[in-house]
Amino acid sequence: MQNSLLASLKEHQNKLLAEWSKLLQASGSTDGSTEEEESKEFASLLLDALKHSNGNADSDEFENVYDLLVGISSSRGRRGFSPRENAQYLIAFKEAASKILSEMESDPSKLYSANLELSKLLDNMAILTFESYMKGREEVISRQIDEISEISTPVIRVWDGIVALPIIGTLDSSRTQVVMENLLQQIVDTGSSIAILDISGVPAVDSLVAQHLIKTVSATRLMGAECIISGIRPEIAQTVVHLGIDLTGIITKASLASALQTAFDMLQLTVVKRKITN
Amino acid sequence: MTTAADKEELFIAKEQDVVPLRNLVKEYGVKIGMGILNQTKLITATSELVRNLLKYGGGGRVIIESVTNGRDFGVRVVFIDKGPGIKDINLAMQDGYSTGKSLGLGLPGTKRLVNEFDIQTELGNGTTVTIIKWKNG
Repeated sequence: MQNSLLASLKEHQNKLLAEWSKLLQASGSTDGSTEEEESKEFASLLLDALKHSNGNADSDEFENVYDLLVGISSSRGRRGFSPRENAQYLIAFKEAASKILSEMESDPSKLYSANLELSKLLDNMAILTFESYMKGREEVISRQIDEISEISTPVIRVWDGIVALPIIGTLDSSRTQVVMENLLQQIVDTGSSIAILDISGVPAVDSLVAQHLIKTVSATRLMGAECIISGIRPEIAQTVVHLGIDLTGIITKASLASALQTAFDMLQLTVVKRKITN
Repeated sequence: MTTAADKEELFIAKEQDVVPLRNLVKEYGVKIGMGILNQTKLITATSELVRNLLKYGGGGRVIIESVTNGRDFGVRVVFIDKGPGIKDINLAMQDGYSTGKSLGLGLPGTKRLVNEFDIQTELGNGTTVTIIKWKNG
């Protein structure tokens, strides 16, 4: 359906822009210069689309408008606008346009149908801005998840031939994969023969976590290194026993210090207090 | 008789939902003054069952309540899924039995960790597991 009224909005582009920026200023959802450029481009594209698309909101012309809108809303997002302000940005456009329309046309029924179509279009766009905002947020979150799992599995070289890996937080399947990769790589890189896995920071050891630990230990052994699990708190020990998990084949220690002591013993190293001689 | 006071319900659909649930269960334990050992047992049991819920039940609901039987306070956690159900419940409750590739300690181990354990399952209609851990249990 071709709405001639909407199509001819293009002729009033400058007036519309002036009206729009006035409304934006009044609502406070603007930050001046960068925006003016964006708004001009957006208005021009949208009005062109209205003129050429025959009212079909799925046409190619509108695709361009949507693309631009997604760009605008993500750039506004970076500039610190809330999604609500982004929606207001579009609603202000709608208001401005409908004001211009009422100046152009006096027949209420024509005006009504033009307004209705305009509303439908712009409401859709407002939803689109919300969606793209959410998508942007989700990208940030998933990037942070990656970062957290990267930084939370540091492999520390505590002594020549001994690496330690403190695990903090939940040990799920994907995390275990990262832990195991890092650990095995470090064993190769440093030529270590003993790895200490410290689980003081793991809130609960259930059968899946235990299974992951056992797998990590087996893999370490396959690499020719010995693996010690440390940081087993009393309540964890009791829970593991009740659950019926068999960790007897694994060297476990209550603290990192005693694990290190065991590692020293294995490497036939002794730590001696220096005698003070006067 | 066991009566419930506070109650909260969580929907579990992905692995990321496990941590908030565990924290909530811990909060309930702390609120009634549960000791660290029983807290850990309760959290481990929860974690065990919620993994089952995700792995075999395809997600579901978890209801956490604080309960009392007049003498003692406790936390009740109910796990409800609409998955395929468990074919042989006696087998599933045996140590070392697993249809997946896990250690097969989830259900029997959990039963040992908590004070009250109830499992209802119907093939094709899902599984409901109810556990209670008493403060001094």
